[in-house]
Amino acid sequence: MYWRAPFVALAVVTAAMVPPGQSSAQDVRLIGSGASFPFPIYSAWFKDFSKQNNGVTVDYQAKGSGAGIQDFINHTVDFAGSDAAMTDEEIAKVSDGVVLLPVTAGEIVLAYNLPGNPKELKLPHDVYPDIFLGKITKWNDPRIAAANPSLKLPDMQITVVRRSDSSGTTFVFTKHLSAVNQAFAKEVGSGTTVQWPKGEKMVAAPKNDGVTATVKQTPGAIGYIEYGYAKLTKADSALLQNKSGNYVAASDKSGAATLASAVLGPDLRGWIEDPAGADAYPIATFTWLLAYKKQDAKKAEWMRKLVDYCITKGQSMSDSMGYIPLPENVVAKIKTASVQIQ
Amino acid sequence: MAANAFEGAAPPGAITHPPSSNEYLVDRGFRLLAVCGASLIILLVAYILWKIGGQALPAIYKYNLGFLTSTNWNVAEEKFGILPEIWGTLYSSLLALLIGGFFGLTVAIFLTQDFLPPRVALVFRTIIDMLAAIPSVVFGLWGIFVVIPAIRPIANWLNDSLGWFPFFGTSLSGPGLLPAALVLAIMILPTVAAISQDALHLVPYRTKEAAYGMGATRWEAILKVLVPTAAGGIASAMVLGFGRALGETMALAMLIGNSNQISLSLFAPAQTLASLLASHFPEAGQTEVQALMYAALVLLAITLVVNMMGTAVLTMTQRRLSGRS
Repeated sequence: MYWRAPFVALAVVTAAMVPPGQSSAQDVRLIGSGASFPFPIYSAWFKDFSKQNNGVTVDYQAKGSGAGIQDFINHTVDFAGSDAAMTDEEIAKVSDGVVLLPVTAGEIVLAYNLPGNPKELKLPHDVYPDIFLGKITKWNDPRIAAANPSLKLPDMQITVVRRSDSSGTTFVFTKHLSAVNQAFAKEVGSGTTVQWPKGEKMVAAPKNDGVTATVKQTPGAIGYIEYGYAKLTKADSALLQNKSGNYVAASDKSGAATLASAVLGPDLRGWIEDPAGADAYPIATFTWLLAYKKQDAKKAEWMRKLVDYCITKGQSMSDSMGYIPLPENVVAKIKTASVQIQ
Repeated sequence: MAANAFEGAAPPGAITHPPSSNEYLVDRGFRLLAVCGASLIILLVAYILWKIGGQALPAIYKYNLGFLTSTNWNVAEEKFGILPEIWGTLYSSLLALLIGGFFGLTVAIFLTQDFLPPRVALVFRTIIDMLAAIPSVVFGLWGIFVVIPAIRPIANWLNDSLGWFPFFGTSLSGPGLLPAALVLAIMILPTVAAISQDALHLVPYRTKEAAYGMGATRWEAILKVLVPTAAGGIASAMVLGFGRALGETMALAMLIGNSNQISLSLFAPAQTLASLLASHFPEAGQTEVQALMYAALVLLAITLVVNMMGTAVLTMTQRRLSGRS
């Protein structure tokens, strides 16, 4: 995210520039690291939160979920971000206890570029995994054409654009494809970087903006990007068929429908691999903030305030940044869970 | 610091005098400073090698030479190999050298052999040097938005009509080896042009005069006398340009398609070592970092060998031309 990096640098700089006179009593610095998927919204939140509260600085470094969890276990950070929450094994390693808080959620869209810019391309549930497996190679493939009788699809090869760097976006996307398609689960699997099928029409680009630029510049391309990026760049994105057979466009509404179907356990973990709701957009996920149960009182107090900010005021930013506002019941659950931060 | 050895060496009443203690100290001090600076750089290189090597060690033990011949980069199964990356690095750099080297050399000849008034030549030279100041990301974006759309029709025509030829075996959809190599060629052009110019300048004027004196035309003088005489320096320009191409990262990461495959086709996506490192480092886990360090070591070795060859060729020719052999 080259274009957002300066923005973050600015956040750090402005946070560091709080005049010493005003920071009087409380000088609290919360440091976090982890997932890059929620990074744009986290950096906006933490910048705003630091600005509102003098003497409180919140820094977040997007290193990737795995690295964030590692830092969290090693106690080098005050909190962490993870698209995969934490496994039981990892939780056991944290002696001070873990509170898992799904503070935001996002969608992943399939952006495409076709001659004539046809809108509302529909991709059936069993078709888009096969595109990313390299099994469907032409845009006028009968399986795509059958779902789009009103579109004139060209006899053109499909260029699949994926992420070249490891990323939470890839993790969520491959997790969904693996849940939907057996062959994908077997041949590719899920993870922040996976071994994609090799081929002349499989290219990779760095970061969300790299994928977006490549898709936009390549006729016949399709690629997966965060909804926020598609929104920002006005890229055409496909309507995906969900489990109940409806074609759904990514939006905050369809995303909310997806989240409604999510079942969160008592520890607030839960994945949405293939949502069943009639209006649910198929590829969406929560992303978790990891906090310690035990820490020094001052930090705990501000950590609770930060979480409270994220789930109340912070949610209003979600839609404009391309994330999904949390449903009421999840907000309530987080509120109860955050009391454990002591 | 040793005492001034020249103290009291001058006979009384002499016009000359031995260096004063002050001058002696300054001289010694400066020498010490220079030695420190030089050894610091060597230490730094050694430290980098030691650090990368140390981190790569577990991967070297684990994957051994199989690392260099395997084609998979699978984090989940912890299977790592960099053959496609080595192939892509060398292929793209060689291609860039072929294009950039040709243009760099012709530009150097054009600017040094009195084709232009000296002032105009200076303007040209400055413009070419300015190419070196453009950031890599800008080249990458320019590649995506300008080069790829420009060459796509030509590439696809070549593929349609000459698809049996392995170099044109696939169509160009977007990112691929050829756009990457073209942009890379432009990036190494300033290096090649600047060093080739120096090499051509080094040829003694009387050599050229002699060629003209024997009735050679301008082209004959340039192609048969000047270029062969400066060949060593030009070769080292090529090698240094090649070294620069090997290590280029950002523009390539954006243009080459980052696909882990080996293909002869100019229009197929490929992957390079530097681009692999750049895209995988930020979120790599422990074992992957070790594998990446191993890959970095391989890249370092390739670059080091190429650069040493270049420097060796350059020193050899300079010695020969300045008649100190």
